[in-house]
Amino acid sequence: MEFGLSESQEILKDSARKFFAGECPMEEVRRLMETDTAYDEKLWAKLTEQGYTGIIFPEEFGGVGLGKVELILLMEEAGRALLPGPFFSTVPLAGAVINAIASPEHKKKYLEPICEGKARATVAILEAGANWNLADLKISSAGSKITGEKLFVTDAAVANLILVVAKDGVYVVDAKASGMTITPMAGMDMTRKIYAVKFKDTPAEKIGTTGNLSKALDIATAALVGEMVGGMQHTLDITVEYAKMRKQFGKPIGMFQAVQHHCADMYLETESSRSAAYYAAWTLEENTPEASTAVSIAKAYASDAARTVGNRGIQVHGGMGFTWENDVHLFYRRAKASETAFGDSIFHRERIARQVIDSETISAKSA
Amino acid sequence: MDLNLTADEKLFRDELRSWLASNAPKDWPEWKNKPLEESYSYLRKWQRKLYEGGWAAVSWPKEFGGRSATLMEQSIFWEEMARAEAPPMANSLGLGLIGPTIIAYGTEAQKKRFVPKILSAEEIWCQGFSEPNAGSDLANLQTEARLDGDHYIINGQKVWTSYGWIGDWCEVVTRTDSAAAKHKGLTVLLVDMKTPGVEVRPLKQMTGESEFNEIFFRDVRVPKENVLGKVNDGWNVAISTLMYERGSYGARLHLIFKSHMTRLIELSKKFQRNGKPASEDPIVRQKLAQAYAEIEIMRLNQMRAFSRMTTTGVPGPEGSIQKLFWSELNQRIQQMAQEIFGPYGQLLGNDPYAVDNGTWSYGYLRTRGNTIEAGTSEVQRNIIGHFVLGLPRSY
Repeated sequence: MEFGLSESQEILKDSARKFFAGECPMEEVRRLMETDTAYDEKLWAKLTEQGYTGIIFPEEFGGVGLGKVELILLMEEAGRALLPGPFFSTVPLAGAVINAIASPEHKKKYLEPICEGKARATVAILEAGANWNLADLKISSAGSKITGEKLFVTDAAVANLILVVAKDGVYVVDAKASGMTITPMAGMDMTRKIYAVKFKDTPAEKIGTTGNLSKALDIATAALVGEMVGGMQHTLDITVEYAKMRKQFGKPIGMFQAVQHHCADMYLETESSRSAAYYAAWTLEENTPEASTAVSIAKAYASDAARTVGNRGIQVHGGMGFTWENDVHLFYRRAKASETAFGDSIFHRERIARQVIDSETISAKSA
Repeated sequence: MDLNLTADEKLFRDELRSWLASNAPKDWPEWKNKPLEESYSYLRKWQRKLYEGGWAAVSWPKEFGGRSATLMEQSIFWEEMARAEAPPMANSLGLGLIGPTIIAYGTEAQKKRFVPKILSAEEIWCQGFSEPNAGSDLANLQTEARLDGDHYIINGQKVWTSYGWIGDWCEVVTRTDSAAAKHKGLTVLLVDMKTPGVEVRPLKQMTGESEFNEIFFRDVRVPKENVLGKVNDGWNVAISTLMYERGSYGARLHLIFKSHMTRLIELSKKFQRNGKPASEDPIVRQKLAQAYAEIEIMRLNQMRAFSRMTTTGVPGPEGSIQKLFWSELNQRIQQMAQEIFGPYGQLLGNDPYAVDNGTWSYGYLRTRGNTIEAGTSEVQRNIIGHFVLGLPRSY
């Protein structure tokens, strides 16, 4: 039993950190967030070169074939850098969905271009009710055409493929398809743009049923938690650094216990989220029976933790924390968007409750 | 990262599991609520049995009667003990804290004299650390030990001593050099509790029971050879004991919490709220799920800390969050139980309407101590702030 990172996992994480620090420093994040799509073609090419766009996908479709733990580590570093653009939408979300539900022919057609960096993709799930229970979706295809509106679709404007989760299956809509209008929604997080996507008799190709979708969405959710952990870590790091440097009453403010204790709680919440994220990734990789509960535990905990770490980080930064110029609010905005994506803590606690209250017994032995 | 058991770990688990299947007593629940002396002698017998089977202290080196178990095997040990619903061990401070400190710092003669009897529960140990004016600021302790020929003469008072009432021996931290800086003038002495001048008094706590004691030392003579470690190096010896305290406890607490959760979930189906079982109330469900998640995260934090300790040999930064995490979580679990039980929650064990014979009303009061004992939450946050995050010391 070993719950540390292997040497190759450490290397991957370390090289991802260096890569993002070099290719996507905060100045670049700020430049991209002011653009319409937060997408940069050159950065995408570099992500592809690193093999990141194919990280968990089979080699036969141009992927790298690594595991979910490696994916979570990469996402953690992407989150630490506040990587803008459609990486999350394309790889751990749309890519994972295609990989989980599509036929080999469809994978060749849709997953391979993702691995090769030629296609960006996203998944449209939520409708007006903003309900993450897939059983409650209303849109369904009429033959091979889709009509209706999907909301909160991340990165839709730069996606070549939009996967639509409908009542009767998962469909791929080409970005150039007729009858589709993509309208920006004014989300708080400027680094990951969201859109309302309207379909009117839009041609769509069915790639699978919703039966195997939950596993793929669990992978996306765990990946998002990994990203949230990176964001928390960055917030903690800059907060501690500030507390050491900023002086009031002739002393660094980090000397005051009221400030230290905020930092200590941020550390506890960050590390605990990390433990939960890594474990969720491992259970998904091993396909253990508790995987979906482990994902819900991670998302429930991290959704609250990411917000409170941000609250404390802003508070410790004092007046500086309330300025546009300081980075702490950029992470805070991302944390809010991520908090509700794929279900907030209330949603996931209810999922846990169904597992552990409504099923008769909890196994006394969990490992 | 591989959370599956290795072949060696499986072997360890299977051997233990089959030993427990034929040796773990089933009647502990009947003994639990008997007078302390009776239930304690039951636990002594149980530890003796573990000792004879070679299972009393798996973490200890083989040469001292342990199994040199890895941290992961120690986790497995506690998992299996919980699975078998085995009783706890009588000499828990001796096994978990004081034995390992004697093995690390003791002379050959001390190891030979004390260690086997700790294992067999022939001699029960207690810990004389805190004093009325030395709680969080432990190094401020004033109990004095003055050299007089071949003996030290101890005068002073200790408080919050667990097992003081039954202790045969006590690890006492004393001040041997009052002129030195407060961390530098301390010495640890191993004191026979039957020595003239040692007086043990019960310390009645807010729960109404006396789990802890006060110990008074009046001209207590302790032979020089009972110094543990070096004279005036007692701070390091004491810190080493406190490190074991953190390590040995964490491995099994999540199991205890989990069994409380299992029971609380059962009870939530019996207690009503708004005409329905509490387990169907959305707010109760949210709270139960949150506690369940946090207990699991506590286990995972512990596992990560163990893995890091295994590779680096030192406790990782995750270790420092465990005490903070479990103590505050335990209070939330008890608070939640009270919310589920409504007015029944307040009833003490002697009331026929009490829930689970008053276990929960007791737990509600007892857990207030969790964020104080073994380092307050405030001290834990200071430790994280300074030693983990590198913020300047506040005191």
